[in-house]
Amino acid sequence: MLSIKNLHASVEGNEILKGINLEVNPGEVHAIMGPNGSGKSTLANVLAGREEYEVTEGSVIYKGEDLLEMDVDERAHAGVFLAFQYPVEIPGVSMATFLKEAINANRRARGQQELSPVEMLKFIRSKTKLLGMDEQMLKRSLNEGFSGGEKKRNEMLQMALLEPSLAILDETDSGLDIDALKVVADSVNALRSPDRSFIVVTHYQRLLNYIVPDFVHVLFNGRIVKSGGKELALQLEEKGYDWIKEENAVAG
Amino acid sequence: MSESMQTLEEHTSSDYKYGFTSDIDTEVFPKGLNEDVIRQISAKKEEPEWLLEWRLKAYRHWLTMEEPHWPNVKYEPIDYQDIIYYASPKKKPKYDSLDEVDPELLRTFEKLGIPLEEQKVLAGVAVDAVIDSVSVTTTYKEMLAEKGIIFCSFSEAVKEHPELVKKYLGSVVPQTDNFFAALNSAVFSDGSFVYIPKGVRCPIELSTYFRINTANTGQFERTLIVAEEGSYVSYLEGCTAPMRDENQLHAAVVELIALDDAYIKYSTVQNWYPGDEEGRGGIYNFVTKRGLCAGKRSRISWTQVETGSAITWKYPSCILKGDDSIGEFYSVAVTNNRQEADTGTKMIHIGKNTRSTIVSKGISAGRSHNSYRGLVKVGKRAENAHNFSQCDSLLMGDKCGAHTFPYLEVENNTAKVEHEATTSKIGEDQLFYLQQRGLKEEDAINMIVNGYCKEVFQELPMEFAAEAQKLLAISLEGSVG
Repeated sequence: MLSIKNLHASVEGNEILKGINLEVNPGEVHAIMGPNGSGKSTLANVLAGREEYEVTEGSVIYKGEDLLEMDVDERAHAGVFLAFQYPVEIPGVSMATFLKEAINANRRARGQQELSPVEMLKFIRSKTKLLGMDEQMLKRSLNEGFSGGEKKRNEMLQMALLEPSLAILDETDSGLDIDALKVVADSVNALRSPDRSFIVVTHYQRLLNYIVPDFVHVLFNGRIVKSGGKELALQLEEKGYDWIKEENAVAG
Repeated sequence: MSESMQTLEEHTSSDYKYGFTSDIDTEVFPKGLNEDVIRQISAKKEEPEWLLEWRLKAYRHWLTMEEPHWPNVKYEPIDYQDIIYYASPKKKPKYDSLDEVDPELLRTFEKLGIPLEEQKVLAGVAVDAVIDSVSVTTTYKEMLAEKGIIFCSFSEAVKEHPELVKKYLGSVVPQTDNFFAALNSAVFSDGSFVYIPKGVRCPIELSTYFRINTANTGQFERTLIVAEEGSYVSYLEGCTAPMRDENQLHAAVVELIALDDAYIKYSTVQNWYPGDEEGRGGIYNFVTKRGLCAGKRSRISWTQVETGSAITWKYPSCILKGDDSIGEFYSVAVTNNRQEADTGTKMIHIGKNTRSTIVSKGISAGRSHNSYRGLVKVGKRAENAHNFSQCDSLLMGDKCGAHTFPYLEVENNTAKVEHEATTSKIGEDQLFYLQQRGLKEEDAINMIVNGYCKEVFQELPMEFAAEAQKLLAISLEGSVG
């Protein structure tokens, strides 16, 4: 699915990622944890193709193709989805219009037929219902005036509708109460399948009580310094990130 | 695929779509302006003596005036003696049916996407089509006549309804009002006249298409709309012009009069040739548009989508004279490349409990400059006047400029005046978000811009709103990235 080798990336000349190596196979859920400033969000954004992150070294192969050569929208068409840490507000663009255009843009790119307005509404409704969202929300402007929880829920709705192969969740749990957290987790768990992979970026172990990962990686200072199974998250919870920092200070 | 996005793709790297000229036999006056030229125009149009005198008064006053240079626009000086002031298709417009109309002319309309026959049948829009200076064909006239509605060319109105024209012409924009209005008053060639009788609701949208079609011909349109007590009319004006290397002067005057409880809704989509990427060619658009809410509870609403012209100087205004009258101005002004626009509105509150709303959305791209200039004036006797203004600017790229010049004159302390203004850049964050969901960059820009303009677009009649979205997409083609 995804093979990251020796990935280095900078923002405005500051190197943030200093040689990331990561293999993600179909159906796997990988959690990326780490203290603030360790490069978690940078990794998520680099994979999605955000321009201000410059890749200086390394390679990313996705489904056999060079991901770094693809434009942002091409990555989306190929099934890469980023759930944003801070979903953007776009005034005057209704949710319904946005979802319709996004779904059809991906369908077109994948050689599928566009959905008719009736099919579209049915499809969207089936997912809003699953997520317990009020349909009135479709008339509102995209993310405008949405609460933190609504925004994250909206990200999950888009993920469900776009049916990605690789979903990257960038601190989707931040700022959420336990109910909203469960919605996020349920959405992910509902979508888990043998041919779909997840990279769940999170600061806290809490989310991983609900989304049980196959692998946990600890990112520190631009490198993955520790990898393990789901028990690693619990260890981190118990010992805190200082443990990692100290260990690396000694090793470094 | 949405219509606007399809259009964007169709027009990728296309030249100005409406940049063609058609070969219609045209009768043209020599260049230059003097009293003889004005007498000739008046004679050509078989006008009554009073109208000639009216024109001459305007001309004589114009000679004493100076071209205004306060707008925030720069352009080469205009040589007013180097302009042709009258041109008309040679065949006299006395047709009973479209079959008699010059086929070349009909093809021109078709190229513009205005198949008259189809429009008559399908769109439910009566079209008073103006090529250059003479009205060529009008439709739906009989149906309107049954309701007592008059919708005809200005020339025809002078002949058929002189008492109405005499009563209202210049009553809102006097012929001495300003430099360009005075020039228009002296030499105006044709335009549209609308009269809605008492209590009548005009059953269709009235529309006029203007087109400059003869090189070096200034187009001086004159529109007059009178809505009697309790009447309603929605009027659409859309413009396209052929590509030219020389600058073309366009100085139109529009006057609206709304009596007690009357409502006039005036919508414009303006797409004059904006010049090339370096700003060569393009229309100089100096327009005076003003509405008088003369009656109690009357209402005048201006909606404009301005994407064209090299230079735009235009302030559709409302004089709120009647108590409880309402004035509205909804505007999207787009400038790209080297375009310059100085546009806005004036809301003059005179009557009691008068209300006005201003929503202005400026979009600047390329090396263009886009200025909003608006006056809200509340007179001494205007108790409880209320104005709300919202002026937003959107910048695309870092070489363009957006400017806001709000003027406020309040002489009555019961007035409530609110002003909001924002300036934003089209956000990299927004673009990235939409692209991450699979939208192409251009579609993403289109979506953001259309969202930004939504409050104005929703004031437009349906088919016009679709056209406006297309124009916006074309106008902003390639302006980011």
